[in-house]
Amino acid sequence: MIHSLFLVNPSGDIFLEKHWKSVVSRSVCDYFLEAREKALDPEDVPPVISTPHHYLISIYRDKLFFLSVIQTEVPPLFVIEFLHRVAEMIQDYFGECSETVIKDNVVMVYELLEEMLDNGFPLATESNVLKEMIRPPTILRSVVNTLTGSSNVGDKLPTGQLSTIPWRRAGVKYTNNEAYFDVVEEIDAILDRTGTTVFAEIQGVVEACVKLSGMPDLTLSFMNPRLLDDVSFHPCVRYKRWESERVLSFIPPDGNFTLMTYHVNAQNLVAIPVYVKHSINFFESGSGGRLDLTVGPKQTMGKTVEGVLVTVHMPKTVLSVSLNATQGSYTYDNATKVLVWDIGKLNPQKLPNLRGSLSLQTGAPKPEENPSLNIDLKIQQLAISGLKVNRLDMFGEKYKPFKGVKYITKAGKFQVRM
Amino acid sequence: MVQRRGTTVEAIVASLQLLKLPCLGNKSSPRMEPGITASSGGTGLDSDRCVEPRQMEIVSLLTSVDMSSSPTRNDDLKEMLENNKESLKLEAMKRIVGLIAKGKNASELFPAVVKNVASKNIELKKLVYVYLVRYAEEQQDLALLSISTFQRALKDPNQLIRASALRVLSSIRVPIIIPIMMLAIKEAASDMSPYVRKTSAHAIQKLYSLDPDQKEHLIEVIEKLLKDKSTLVAGSVVMAFEEVCPERIDLIHKNYRKLCNLLVDVEEWGQVVIISMLTRYARTQFTSPWREDGVFDENSERAFYESDEEKTRDDTEIKPYTMDPDHRLLLRNTKPLLQSRNTAVVMSVAQLYWHLAPRNEVSIVTKSLVRLLRSHREVQYIVLQNIATMSIQRKGMFEPYMKSFYVRSTDATHIKSLKLEILTNLANEANISTILREFQTYVKSQDKQFAAGTIQAIGRCATNISEVTDTCLNGLVLLLSNRDETVVAESVVVIKKLLQAQPSQHSDIIKHMAKLLDNITVSMARASILWLIGEYCERVPKIAPDVLRKMAKSFTSEEDIVKLQTVNLAAKLYLTNSKQTKLLTQYILNLGKYDQNYDIRDRTRFIRQLIVPNEKSGALSKYARRILLAPKPAPVLESAYKDRDRYQLGTLSHTINTKASGYLELSDWPAVAPDQSVRNVEVIEPVRIHPSICTALFHFCPDSPPSFFHISCYCPSLPVLLPGEGVGSITGEDWESDEDKSSSQSSEESEKSSSQSEKSSSESDIEQKKKKKMKKPPQKKNVKPPNKDRYQSVMCKPNSWVGPGFGACVCVCDFSSCRMNLLRPHLFSRRLSVVISCVSGPAFVPEKSHNLLHRMTGKGLAAQYQFTRQPCLYQPNMVSVQISLTNTSDHRLEQIHIGERSPAGLKIHCFNTIEFLEPDASVTVSMGIDFNDSTQAANFQLCTKEDQFSVSIQPAVGDLFLAVTMTEQDFRKEQGKLQGMNECSATITVTAENTSSQPLNRRVAAMANVGVVPSGQDNVHRFAGKTACSGAVLLVTVELRESSAAVITINTEKSVMGSMLLRDLKKSLAQA
Repeated sequence: MIHSLFLVNPSGDIFLEKHWKSVVSRSVCDYFLEAREKALDPEDVPPVISTPHHYLISIYRDKLFFLSVIQTEVPPLFVIEFLHRVAEMIQDYFGECSETVIKDNVVMVYELLEEMLDNGFPLATESNVLKEMIRPPTILRSVVNTLTGSSNVGDKLPTGQLSTIPWRRAGVKYTNNEAYFDVVEEIDAILDRTGTTVFAEIQGVVEACVKLSGMPDLTLSFMNPRLLDDVSFHPCVRYKRWESERVLSFIPPDGNFTLMTYHVNAQNLVAIPVYVKHSINFFESGSGGRLDLTVGPKQTMGKTVEGVLVTVHMPKTVLSVSLNATQGSYTYDNATKVLVWDIGKLNPQKLPNLRGSLSLQTGAPKPEENPSLNIDLKIQQLAISGLKVNRLDMFGEKYKPFKGVKYITKAGKFQVRM
Repeated sequence: MVQRRGTTVEAIVASLQLLKLPCLGNKSSPRMEPGITASSGGTGLDSDRCVEPRQMEIVSLLTSVDMSSSPTRNDDLKEMLENNKESLKLEAMKRIVGLIAKGKNASELFPAVVKNVASKNIELKKLVYVYLVRYAEEQQDLALLSISTFQRALKDPNQLIRASALRVLSSIRVPIIIPIMMLAIKEAASDMSPYVRKTSAHAIQKLYSLDPDQKEHLIEVIEKLLKDKSTLVAGSVVMAFEEVCPERIDLIHKNYRKLCNLLVDVEEWGQVVIISMLTRYARTQFTSPWREDGVFDENSERAFYESDEEKTRDDTEIKPYTMDPDHRLLLRNTKPLLQSRNTAVVMSVAQLYWHLAPRNEVSIVTKSLVRLLRSHREVQYIVLQNIATMSIQRKGMFEPYMKSFYVRSTDATHIKSLKLEILTNLANEANISTILREFQTYVKSQDKQFAAGTIQAIGRCATNISEVTDTCLNGLVLLLSNRDETVVAESVVVIKKLLQAQPSQHSDIIKHMAKLLDNITVSMARASILWLIGEYCERVPKIAPDVLRKMAKSFTSEEDIVKLQTVNLAAKLYLTNSKQTKLLTQYILNLGKYDQNYDIRDRTRFIRQLIVPNEKSGALSKYARRILLAPKPAPVLESAYKDRDRYQLGTLSHTINTKASGYLELSDWPAVAPDQSVRNVEVIEPVRIHPSICTALFHFCPDSPPSFFHISCYCPSLPVLLPGEGVGSITGEDWESDEDKSSSQSSEESEKSSSQSEKSSSESDIEQKKKKKMKKPPQKKNVKPPNKDRYQSVMCKPNSWVGPGFGACVCVCDFSSCRMNLLRPHLFSRRLSVVISCVSGPAFVPEKSHNLLHRMTGKGLAAQYQFTRQPCLYQPNMVSVQISLTNTSDHRLEQIHIGERSPAGLKIHCFNTIEFLEPDASVTVSMGIDFNDSTQAANFQLCTKEDQFSVSIQPAVGDLFLAVTMTEQDFRKEQGKLQGMNECSATITVTAENTSSQPLNRRVAAMANVGVVPSGQDNVHRFAGKTACSGAVLLVTVELRESSAAVITINTEKSVMGSMLLRDLKKSLAQA
């Protein structure tokens, strides 16, 4: 299966390598680096590259390439999914996944990789199993370790590894027992130049932060589970209960995890929380143009729209912009041709507006097409689909946990064509 | 030789001093990389005074191997390793691993590192392992020194150490140790710990890649491990199977159903491997489910067999297709995995449905695949590729989700083109206008490559859907005036293809394109225009010669492809209009004759011979017109994914569109299904455990504090199935004598089952108990998913231990509490079809727990017990009791276990000794008590290290039953057999709320562990159960009469129990 892993930074340096079978020379990465050179954007590097003796499957994440070397047939998604798990694991252990962090903790990363795969086949990928084998670094522990010479490596087989609930370890104990659930919904939409919705859907996710002692058995029910069209669950959720009763019944992992992701029934009309009035003109002469943008709230269910951020990918010929924002601030990056307007909170009384002139490369023809806008926004305390958690019950433990549910709506891939 | 990573000044100084040594540069044989200088060898020995003797041997061996050596880089590291401070060694190893991670060579440190292989420090040891695995291949002789350490570790009581020893041993790619590896693998394959067995499955693959000659032996091990019932092992062994012997499909037969049933509970990575293996398997074993609606298949088949096999074909046609139940089992058991969070699992289920499911069922995977499009870019890429292949054959599957494939400007280039591909595949008469409108936006995209792709897509839509051909063509012509050259060029190429399909009335467009020739520079487009004009020169008689004139002028500066087309154009014009173009053609042919490119020279020579008549080529030139101006078929614009379905979906080969090494072909459906009975699994009689296994079990216990936990984990997944007493036998306190004990106990067992006598029951405490119970509000229903049933039914049939897919169940049914059964309920639910059910789960589990030992009398140890109403795991005729022990004292209680019991013959399956219980800690354990169908209390002693407390467990009569599901018919049949003496009844007045069925059912279920029998009559309620010990049937009928009167009838052989239960029920139902 997975033969070797190379971590490559944006400038093409290989800063970590790990082999699970015999050693593969790092020169194999040259094929990849060549493809990397060819691609305009790191995102455009093909995830699967075939070389004379190996196949290279890579992911690009957090500005790093995780490049795996494969020798025989294997489902590519298997490898891709695993590489993402590696990245998530690093993130989970060290708080971020970046070159510096990996270099600083190279031994621990190496040990983790050693545990995650055996002979190229995943051995332990559950975070809590790994954390029992190799304890994540904390300041206290590092002090203790230097004083006592003890280590971060556990000597017992994690209990989770053997039980049928590998995601939870035994003997969890908290003084404050709490369970928080965040219902996060993202609106994916494409609006055309007149503001009509070309395509819109809602994708949701229930993120949980559960800190409960013992072996709690939780049941989460919704007021309107019919809204949910397509769901995927953390392995802890009992599928049968969902099938028959539409409740989420599970023994939670300890700590943060994604309980479920869902897709809201496509028949329901999706409320679009903002509208954009826009006009962009380029002068026939080709020397300049005008831009005028206004953002306003539309269907917000009476909540305030916050964190509004408009990103415009300008045509290549736009050299500079001279704009005036009535609210927030804007930046224009000439290298990537990206205009970012950070608006913040939307005030329905006084709509934010950005207008001004664009200057173009002299002599260049007038841009054929108009750019598209990407909008980012956030609405607190609202699940735009109307999904509501009904109640959370706990069985199997005696104490009373503190429970909380938070709703938030965000823009996902929200695009306005101009 | 210069210190590369000198971190301290001293280190640098030291290395400089070493450089002055005379033996500098004295390289010895490359294999024996010298590592130890005379002096450092000495310190190494010193440091080992405190080390174990085996480490001594290694060191002495090392030093004897090579004493004369040269100082090399990393001397500071070497010194640190030879220091006797653990922390320094650890630091050194960390730095070495850092070097390895960076891909730097650290092989010269091998001798210094390998000495630490037997270190006590776990982290140090692990790092040494990492190093060994990396460099053992290069330093084979030195690596051998470490082998004995691993051999010893393979026998370690700690399973983690055994597993990691096997991992490292099998990762050392040194051919000389192959026999040792083989032995270790064989041994580990029958290890008690599923984790070690999993490791051995991995080791099989490693050994195979090291020495393929071992295949036969390895297949034996695989065969053995395939029978393993642990979910932990399943994925890994199937992986080994796929790598070593994928052709031995016969090994799967017997395990097929088990694998299908275990699938949901296997870890996600194993699921992927198993699903893809099962897909291949199913294609060889089942007949095609596609016959009935696959009209196309049918026809082609008919044409082929028409002549000779008409009769047999008719036979198959007449016989309706019925799906093999095993085929259905696979489809049904994989479906829930579509909801997995792991994208690889979802994809593999999707491909399974694509390749195996009847046509009308494939579409259930659509939604899940579309969901994956929300995932990471790389995931999208692979999923879109597969959707592209699927959408060619089955438009309908993805059409409702068409908008999910709309392109965003922020998508990566390859994602965009895949989406475009899919949209084109999905286009039909109904949606084409929507798609074209969408395409119009894309054409304007800033990403020109993408815009060009869109134009091609429009071209494909135009040829596929004749209604829109003209619209598309007009749209494309408009694009010819686009400012961007790539767009124009692509349009020209596509228009050319379209015109070729229907050239009749499009001379306008050709004229328009001829004009473009002045501005356009992209060679492909220029060539296309020239070809068009040449082909249709008779439609544009005035323009064509003029174009040729222009081209003659610029011929020398054109690209090769344009030159070729110019020659073509000239030839065609010469044939149709030689009067105007003769000279021009001559001129061009002359230019071509001296061109630098031999293709052009070649073509020119050929054309000249063909069109210009002379004496040599007389015959051919007559046909020149027919050769050059023959009507040409229009090119077919088709998807690049057209033929990809020859590869199994979701595979690497599918992605790269070539056969990857190790790709296993999916075979065609067999015309006639092979024998189905090969998959039948005979029920294996419980085998008595071999004493050696027993002892092995005891070895585990000391290293894990809650030892009972581990034991009950191991045993059920034993390859040799344990009969109930297997587990029971390990519970004694004295490990040494357990071998005898187990045999004696099992003989006791058999005696007992033959002489099951009824005992009179004492009814002393019952009244009080009942009252307590009734206080419990009935609506506090314990949430029990109904689907545990499967599992329990297996449990109470002693011989069905080996029920297919059963291994995992037993793992679940755990160590500490039966409540844990709830953990993975869906696990059981899917086995419905496999085991014939008779016992159902309890409809109600009383949560009330009773005091076993008060903390005051127990000197701090408090105990409570509760009847779980689950069939007992250990022995089917025991009643399972859950005990929670709490330490309320301020000191740790040690060695809590069960001591003497009374009456003497009382059979208790004790929980394993609890080594210690910290203050304020509590632990829940389960035990089994054989009450022998009487309510007589079980008295025994609960012991700690210091004290003994007599305690007693008193069952209520209702707890001695197990719920049974049966039909009304069966119920009546059974009732008919149990008349007269075996029947007792009473008439009572029920309270108002108990007259409706639900509260009544609840009340009865709370009272006794009986299952509800579905009843045809509203006023008659029936319940069925059986006694735990003897299995005698118990039937309860409650018939509601007018004015809240009711008759309770109980039929059972055990009349004493019957009358006791009757009394309890009377009370309960009459109560408000």
